[in-house]
Order: sequence, then structure tokens, then C-alpha cells
Amino acid sequence: MILRRPFFWIILLVAAGFIYAPLHGNNVSLREDLILIAIAIILASNLNLMIGYTGYVNFGHIVFYGLGGYVGLYLTTMRGWNLVLSALVAGAVVSFCAFLFGLAILRLRGAYFALATIGILQAVQAFVSNFDPWGRSTGMYLSFESYRPLGGARHALWITYYLIVAVMALSMIVSLTIKNSKFGLGLFAIREDEDAAVVLGVNATVYKAIVYSVSAFLPAVAGALMFFKNGMIDPSIAFEYMLSLEGIVMLMLGGQGSVIGAALGGALYEKLRSYLLTSPVLSNFHLVIAGGLLLLVVLFAPGGLIGWLYRLVPRARKVIE
Amino acid sequence: MSGILASMIDGVLVGAVYGLAAMGLSLIWGVMDVINLTHGSMIALGMFCMYLLFAAVHINAYVLLLPTIGFGLIIGLVVYWMAVHWVVGRSMLMSLLSTFAVNMMVIGIGTAIWSTSPYNVNFLLPGITIGAYTFTGNHIAAAVSAVVIALALQFFLYRTRTGKAIRAVADNRDAAELMGISSTAVLSIAFAIGIALACTSGALVSTLFPFTILSGGVYQLKSFVVTILAGLGKPFGALVAGVLLGLLEGVVTPFIAVSWIPLIEFGLFVVVLVAFPQGIFGKRATA
Repeated sequence: MILRRPFFWIILLVAAGFIYAPLHGNNVSLREDLILIAIAIILASNLNLMIGYTGYVNFGHIVFYGLGGYVGLYLTTMRGWNLVLSALVAGAVVSFCAFLFGLAILRLRGAYFALATIGILQAVQAFVSNFDPWGRSTGMYLSFESYRPLGGARHALWITYYLIVAVMALSMIVSLTIKNSKFGLGLFAIREDEDAAVVLGVNATVYKAIVYSVSAFLPAVAGALMFFKNGMIDPSIAFEYMLSLEGIVMLMLGGQGSVIGAALGGALYEKLRSYLLTSPVLSNFHLVIAGGLLLLVVLFAPGGLIGWLYRLVPRARKVIE
Repeated sequence: MSGILASMIDGVLVGAVYGLAAMGLSLIWGVMDVINLTHGSMIALGMFCMYLLFAAVHINAYVLLLPTIGFGLIIGLVVYWMAVHWVVGRSMLMSLLSTFAVNMMVIGIGTAIWSTSPYNVNFLLPGITIGAYTFTGNHIAAAVSAVVIALALQFFLYRTRTGKAIRAVADNRDAAELMGISSTAVLSIAFAIGIALACTSGALVSTLFPFTILSGGVYQLKSFVVTILAGLGKPFGALVAGVLLGLLEGVVTPFIAVSWIPLIEFGLFVVVLVAFPQGIFGKRATA
């Protein structure tokens, strides 16, 4: 049972902390910092399902976030739907597209799949930049009307923040549940040796398509919420290749395959990035530093921070998953 | 009708350059089983190498290809010893991520130096006019250079001792080691040649179109498409497939907006991968 896992309660505690901290003293700038961290954790956790659990690199993970943002903003602005409903629908639509797409491209093994994901990102971006109902390359703006049902802009921003924190907690819980399920075991088997897994009765194509679409759902919901909060979207913000790449750095830094590793990497990297971006000397070099960090992790500590902790304190595996 | 023909010829000329870029990717992939994700940034470095050389000495840009090749070989060796040597033979995930990390660093440094604004190499060769259409001299010269370099590589791989050693290592690294070939030396040479090809093709592109530090990404995607079309480890096949891709672009560009091209190329990429996993020129899978 998941409720008996100590780690489940740790997740809830962290989420409670995220909600309590900015509320205390109505600290808006802290909220804005935390929201970026939450988004980083959501992206890294869901990417972990592909890279860490299944062993398939997805270079275009940001596509889900961007598409979710587009569908969500389209529904709230053009159709006047309620925020929660449109975020959920955005998640479902993107997740369903990912499933269909996954069935086609996940017949590709390992590296070929990784290449295809780069192509998906560029193809989707090309499509959205040419798609009239979504405003082509100028994108879409949120009408101020949309904030009214949530009690005005100020109130609406707080509500989206709570929703994003909820999505963050849910991302980690999903990772934890999959890790401890039969489905998760199937994914690990695919990661270790796909041919052997198939022989043992794991339907690899379906498993991979399912995990691909699961890893699309929450990022798409988060995208819908985040772009609602930002009030505008355009193809270059929605499908920011760099963010997709940084997601991989976060995951490798924290430790792929581990729930807390993904979250920790996301949080740490986001802090590091905001420090680098605001520092006058280093702001131009944040990609260089991120790249160097990734290279060091890959060459010297493929397990990331958590892998290092596991080696140091083997008992930690029991509590920290 | 003749407009389409002219556009096709232009496509073929540019396609030869795509082919050259893909040869570099295909060589590295085939020899050491590493998918080189630094490819795009190396193409971009080649562009800027040409730009700087041409700004320094105003001579025929196509003569400057020679120093660019040298530059590419050196960079290739540096990248090999920095990031690739340690992951050859480890899981694909690791080599993807380590080359990718180098890619981020190069793009980061490039963006810091040159920002992402466009540059161009201001060099024009006189063109050839047939009827109402003019083919610029640069397009012709770039295509000819690409074919010459491709032939030189073919000669190197099939007629020289080092080239044969590279092919031997690609076929079976253990057996090659037993024959007294130092696979480390061979791998580093092959990687350096692959990077040099990427830089050279970038330099050729820079004489055709304006470019930014991020332009390499577009050509990296094209290189993947071409490599998959040709099948792995077939450098000359890559040139032919590059010409085919250029031809395809030439046929479609009169009819649709240029911004749709990534979508078409990606569609082609997936269709070929799923339908012909061994490449169009490759042998059928046996296993």
C-alpha cells in the first residue's frame, strides 16, 4: 500500500510547506520562486518515468508542456471554460496524442527513439507556428475576463499556484506508485534488457506507449496552468528547446530512476539557474555551466546525487525512493 | 514548369552540402556506435570559423575550406578526449548525454560571444544564367566542393591503410584489435574526421545563407534524416541521400511555405525509420 510508504508522507509534507511558506506574510516574490521550482520538479519527475524508469531518452519532453499550455489557453480564452476543467482536458488531449504517437514511434529502439523526439519537438513547433486558430507565431493572449470567475487577477494567481503545487505533489506520487507497481517492474525490465523483457511476457510496445502518455499528462496540465498564469503564449516560449534540455540536466543531477532524485535535481538546478541568470558576470554562461555539470555527472557520477547518497548510506534506500 | 526544374536543380546543389554534413554523422555513428549530438553545434562552429577567416583575409571563400578542415580536426580531437572516449562502449544513453552536454557548452559559449543575431559571409561568385533563371556561383561551387570532399573521404576509407583500419574497427573492434590495430587511435581519428566534415559543411552553408549560432540545429535534423535514409555507416550513401533530400525540398518549396519544411522532413524521418530501419540503401534486417 502506498499509504504505508514513509516517502508518501514526505511528499505531502513538502507540498504543505510549499503552500504554507508564501502564504505566511503574503510573500509574492517567494511564491514566484517556488512556482518555478514546482514546474522544474514536475518536468523532471515526469521525464524520469521515461529516462530513469524505462531507459528511453526524450529530448522533446517540453512539447507536452507547451501543447498543454496551448490547449488550456485556447479553452479558457476562446471557449470561456473553467480553468480546472480546461487544464484537465488539456492534459487528457495531449496525453491521448502522446499515446497514439507513442504506438508509432516507440517501435523504435533506444537511440532512434531519442532522435525521433528531437524531430517531434521541431515538427510540433513548426505546426503550431503555422496554425491559424492558435495565432501562428504571434501566439495567444489571455483576455482579462478569464480571471473573473476566480475572483479577480490577484486571487486567480494564488489559485493557480495552489493547483500547480498540487500537480507537483501528484507528479511525485505518480512516480512513487509506478515504481512500486507491476507496471513499474515491467518498465525496469525494459530498461535493463528489452529483448529479455519481451520474452518474459512484457508487452514492451504497449508499456512504452502507456508510460510515454502518462509522462505527458501532468506536464500538460502544468503547462495549461502556467500559461494561464502568465496570460500569454507563443511558440518560442511554449516549446523552449533549452528548457527541454535543462530538464535532462536536472534529472541526471539529482539521480535518474529515483523519485526524490528527480525532484531534488529539479529544485537545485532551478535555484542554480535563477542565481546564474541574475548574476551579471555569469548570466551569459548559464548554458555552459549546465552543460559542464551534465558532462561531469555523466562521466563521473551516473547515479547523480541520490546515487552518491545510496553508496554512502545504503539504508537510505528504504526511506528515500 | 521550368520554375520547378530550376528549383529542383538548386535543391540538388544544396542537397550535396546536406549530404556532406550527414557523412560526418554517419561515419561517427557507424564506427563507434555513438550518436554525435554535438553535430549541430559543430556545423555552427564551421560557419563561424569561415566567417572569421573570411573577415580576416579577403580571399576566395572556397580556399578557406582547407583551414576549416584543419580546425575541425583539432576540435574533433578535443571533443573526443573530453567527452567521447570515456563513454564509447557504455550504454547509448551515456554517449547521447555526454555529447549533448558538449553541445550545450558550445552553444552557450557561442551565444555569449556572437549572440543569436544573424551573420553572413559576403562573398559572391559569378553565376550561370540559363534562360530566365540564374544559378548562383556559390551554390555550384559549394556543391562541387562537397562532392570533391566526399570523394576524397571515399578514397581515404577504401584506399589508405588508416582508412581501412577505420573500416575494420567499425566492422569488429575486437577482431581489429587482435590484428594489431590500436582502436583508440582509430576511434579518435574517425571522430575528428566526422567533426571536420560537420565543420566543413557548416562553412559551405555559410557561403549560401545567413546563419546564427543556433542554425546548426536545423542541419543536424537534416543530417539525421539523411543518415537514416542512407543507412548507417555508408558515407557515400549519405551523399546520395542528401542530394535526394535537397531534391525533395526543391520540389516542395514552390508550393508551400518554408516554415512547414521541418514538419515534412520529420514525417519523412519517422516513415523511413519505421518502414526501412536499415535505410533505403541498406541490407534487409536479418535478425
